[in-house]
Amino acid sequence: MKLSRWRGRRLRPAWAYGVAAAFLVAATLVSVLVGAADLNPIATLTALLDKIPFVHLPVSLDQLDRAVLFQIRLPRITVAMLVGALLSVAGAGYQGVFRNPLVDSGMLGASAGAGLGATLAIVYLASAGPAAVPVAAFAGSLAGVAIAYLSGAVGGSGTTTLLLAGVAVSLFLTAVQTYILQRSAQDLQQVYSWLLGSLSGATWSQAAEILPYAAVSVTIVLLHGRHLDVLSVGDEEARALGVHPARVRLIVIAACSLAAASAVAVSGLIGFVGIVVPHVVRRLAGPSYRLVLPLSLLTGAGFLVLADTLARTVVAPAELPIGVVTALVGSPVFVWILRSTAAVKT
Amino acid sequence: MSAITIDKLTVELERVPVLHAVDAAVPGGGWLALIGPNGAGKTTLLRAVAGLLPYGGAIHLNQTNLGTLRGRGRARLIAYVPQIPVLPPDLTVEEYVLLGRTPHLGYFSAPNRGDRQRAAEASERLDVTRFAGRRLGSLSGGERQRVRLARALAQEPRVLLLDEPTNDLDIGHQQQVLELVDDLRRSHGVTVVSTLHDLTQAGQYAGHLVLLMDGKVEAAGAPAAVLTQDLIARVYAARVTVSTDPGGHPIVTPVREPPPTRP
Repeated sequence: MKLSRWRGRRLRPAWAYGVAAAFLVAATLVSVLVGAADLNPIATLTALLDKIPFVHLPVSLDQLDRAVLFQIRLPRITVAMLVGALLSVAGAGYQGVFRNPLVDSGMLGASAGAGLGATLAIVYLASAGPAAVPVAAFAGSLAGVAIAYLSGAVGGSGTTTLLLAGVAVSLFLTAVQTYILQRSAQDLQQVYSWLLGSLSGATWSQAAEILPYAAVSVTIVLLHGRHLDVLSVGDEEARALGVHPARVRLIVIAACSLAAASAVAVSGLIGFVGIVVPHVVRRLAGPSYRLVLPLSLLTGAGFLVLADTLARTVVAPAELPIGVVTALVGSPVFVWILRSTAAVKT
Repeated sequence: MSAITIDKLTVELERVPVLHAVDAAVPGGGWLALIGPNGAGKTTLLRAVAGLLPYGGAIHLNQTNLGTLRGRGRARLIAYVPQIPVLPPDLTVEEYVLLGRTPHLGYFSAPNRGDRQRAAEASERLDVTRFAGRRLGSLSGGERQRVRLARALAQEPRVLLLDEPTNDLDIGHQQQVLELVDDLRRSHGVTVVSTLHDLTQAGQYAGHLVLLMDGKVEAAGAPAAVLTQDLIARVYAARVTVSTDPGGHPIVTPVREPPPTRP
């Protein structure tokens, strides 16, 4: 009884948006100020505010600090925000499609496809330079989902079939990737450092490259929040309400896969985000996707900015792979959240 | 008022014929109860009317052939409550009832004030407003059934399809739900088609009965014509007596043969 009452206590939507936005702003400020170069907080904030149109402030930051701020930290924070938002929205979208809070982009062949694509590029296209890796990862990710979707669709229209096809395709692609790796051990380290994810090479042009894909895919997913809510009562009742479940699934899966592929192209594989962020959001704001999707976008952006800040500071001057940070820090926090709201049925 | 006419309805499920040329009709604002033993095809008939199955033959709502309507258009006319609806446990009653407005919304539009108003009226009508903020997972059986009906009513349908609406309810709540449905039928002019297991209740609430057996119509008409001792004995392989209540409705009573005395 007590527990169900706790569960009933949700944040009102306006408050939930406020909390998520505040979290993103706080994460960004921390990330701007923390790092190898010691930036003066006041001067940094003035320099940032000075960039706002029509705001003119005397900026005391010297040339070097400015370069650190605008050419190193800010692009990296921006890419982290984009990647976090994309992974979280994609995760939430997949969970809505499959009516299962444990599904993530990884389970439908996206991660395995990206991994194989990147491995192929690193091992066989070394002459094409590092630019080939993100393109190959992007294409591999989309191809992985497409193969999974097509093989799942052959077996019937159910979501379970689709999910099992995703798992089978993932295993297959991973096996191919492992075999290629095993035959070219000299590339092991490069491939693994890509697989574990990193934002250390983030630039403004990277952010600009994925922005169009991010904008399109996120817009499409956000527009389908209400449809995902209808899917939550099952295919049969959704159809009786005039919704076409298979069509909604195809559209949302395509958009989520584009979102995940764009993220993977610039960051490598970062697990965990797409499951944890929507879950935390659901605990705060309830299960309706009309709230879960936009809130996951904000919270996911903030979460990855924080994770990346840890990745580049904890063992400075070296860096931890961000995928390791999200898993090492994220999972205990996640278990703590589960425990503190224990015994709630999902 | 929307009359339903079903002509030579034939349905195959996984290539096995389930309904064979079924004819049935109910006048606008009437209540048609589908009865028959398990596996007779009652639910299949309901699902065909709801547009959830491909079928042969024709189903008309007044002059409109339902086969020509697309999903959303059909959903604005017909609400379907399955025997065991999916109730996402964490959704609140309010959010769930609002889903009933889905067929009235454009693809990209969100429910507006008018939609919320309709959903609130439906909740009020079924007396679920006082627990509007509760999770579906925390409701009792009777509350759940009322919430499902509220969602169906928010859909503003002209036809209400109910598959075993009294499933899992005690006798008091069964009567409460059936009275509510009858009330909606009278006040909103909704045409009701339901399956019902309890033959006495079917005779008390529905003006028209269709008795199905092995996918064929075995008998159809007013309760007194369908609920006869011989017919029930034959179709259900059951031992019953049929008497009449003061209101003229047939009462079907199961009878047990006296057990053999011990030697």
